[in-house]
Amino acid sequence: MIQQNRATRIATYCLLCIFSVAFFLPFYWLLSTSLKTESQVFRIPPVWFPHPLKWSNYTDGLTFVPFFTYLRNTLVICVGNVVGALLSCSLVAYGLAIIPWKGRDFVFFLILSTMMLPYQVVMVPLFTVFTKLGWIDTFLPLIVPAFFGNAFLIFLLRQFFMSIPKDLTEAARIDGCAEIQIYRRVILPLSKPAMATVALFSFMGAWNDYLGPLIYLFDQGKYTLSLGLAMFSSQYGSYWGMLMAVSTVVTLPIIILFFFTQRTFIQGITMTGLKA
Amino acid sequence: MGNGSHTSRIERTHRRNGLLFTLPALLGLAGFTLYPMAASLYYSFCRYTGLKPPVWTGLSNYFHMLHDPMLRTALWNTFYYTAFAVPLGVATAFFLAVLLNARVRGLAFFRTIFYLPSIVPVVASSVLWLWLLNPENGLINAIIDGVGRLLPRLGLPAITGPGWLADPVWSKPALILMSTWGVGAWVIIYLAGLQDVPQELYEAASLDGASNWQKTRHVTMPFMSPYIFFTVVMGVIGGLQYFTQAWVMTRGTGGPVNSTMMYSMYLFQNAFQFFKMGYACALAWLLFVLIMGATLLIFRTSARYVYYGGR
Repeated sequence: MIQQNRATRIATYCLLCIFSVAFFLPFYWLLSTSLKTESQVFRIPPVWFPHPLKWSNYTDGLTFVPFFTYLRNTLVICVGNVVGALLSCSLVAYGLAIIPWKGRDFVFFLILSTMMLPYQVVMVPLFTVFTKLGWIDTFLPLIVPAFFGNAFLIFLLRQFFMSIPKDLTEAARIDGCAEIQIYRRVILPLSKPAMATVALFSFMGAWNDYLGPLIYLFDQGKYTLSLGLAMFSSQYGSYWGMLMAVSTVVTLPIIILFFFTQRTFIQGITMTGLKA
Repeated sequence: MGNGSHTSRIERTHRRNGLLFTLPALLGLAGFTLYPMAASLYYSFCRYTGLKPPVWTGLSNYFHMLHDPMLRTALWNTFYYTAFAVPLGVATAFFLAVLLNARVRGLAFFRTIFYLPSIVPVVASSVLWLWLLNPENGLINAIIDGVGRLLPRLGLPAITGPGWLADPVWSKPALILMSTWGVGAWVIIYLAGLQDVPQELYEAASLDGASNWQKTRHVTMPFMSPYIFFTVVMGVIGGLQYFTQAWVMTRGTGGPVNSTMMYSMYLFQNAFQFFKMGYACALAWLLFVLIMGATLLIFRTSARYVYYGGR
């Protein structure tokens, strides 16, 4: 540890506090603006403590934007992605980590190398394919690919499965267990934290995705929250109170999710960094 | 003999099972990566509107790039953004991680504060920053103006906040500033790295009379270099593909005066607004080459200063 005298300790705390305030201020501004009346929003110098609180920004915003339709659409896509990722990535990672077969390292390398490919390269042909399948303006292009594995999540699960003692799986195999039973009865029960990380990351990915819905969804009744919020912002750009209310409501579920799953989150991030 | 065929039967079963379990990914690889890659490469040599079948035009899309002023603008904007956002992000995240690593009380609290911005849904954070950066009524300019008014008392000229996204000179700095708010994941990665630095080395350095700066320079930095390397690579790859924030904040225009027209935005416009899908594919392949080139360059130069703990 680098030595610290009293002065550096005080300086450290001061800097931490300054940066914390700077990082937190946008959140405060999001919340406070969401409760301001129009005249408070545009007052100079800015109003720090809105009074009276205009709660109707929330009720207005959520009816102005067909919020619950967008929420339902987003949740359908999110759930589809989570189910698809859990199923496909765990199976593939099992095949790459637990079953000893020639060629698995090559397959692993192939899967990993797809991470290098920018989405833009496959964007146009995928659009063409999904058009031919008649999937445009449906959720299918945003859900179905999740059932075919995601390189990053497969990598994460594989690393976790590799850390499970080999004796367990080999003993089960000698007892005549089929691979699918070893997968279900031995590996999955031991992998809850890693599976939780996969579920969390794929949920967040689908909740945040903007480019995918932008390409594939046209009918406003099928919009996701991201798409709806962006449209609302471009049409009613100066209704800051309402915009901040809707942004708060889009952000809040993720923040709540974070507080319930903090350890899973931190583990997931450090797992990605570890392989550096 | 019997034993040999037994082993090979097991090997065959394992191979069959292995292929079965990895089948989803193999199908995905074929359908969502290899086929689209081949098709995209083919389209890049074609005139393709998406409505009629592609028509082979040879290298004309690639030649067109040479005389496309908007492409030059988009390239410049994207390089500018990446060249400032990545170093600034690395420096900020590293600085915060070092502060957090100083055995502070309330570590979990501070870590959460720094991490939270990075999980805000990207469209929500874009809308929020549009408001924060608003030239007349935004919080950032209110703070700059407030501080700026005090400067004359110190004998300095007064300053006022810039136009940010309304000013072509300040629009990219605005996006870069916004990107530093989201460095939380890197802070966590660096913090994990800092906690892995062997403490004996600091003690040994202290015995040798090293100053704090020398310890940071010669002990901390070498051990942290793989983590920094990893985040720089990820940052550059992400920066060159930067899309959503600039798209949402400028309503897909890349304004003012194309000062925020990013490479991926121009590519998207070509594909889905101008229906020049062949050209969009050519642009995508150039992007791929640029990303590979940048990654390779970082790998090459990193050999000199990335230290893998004697491995």
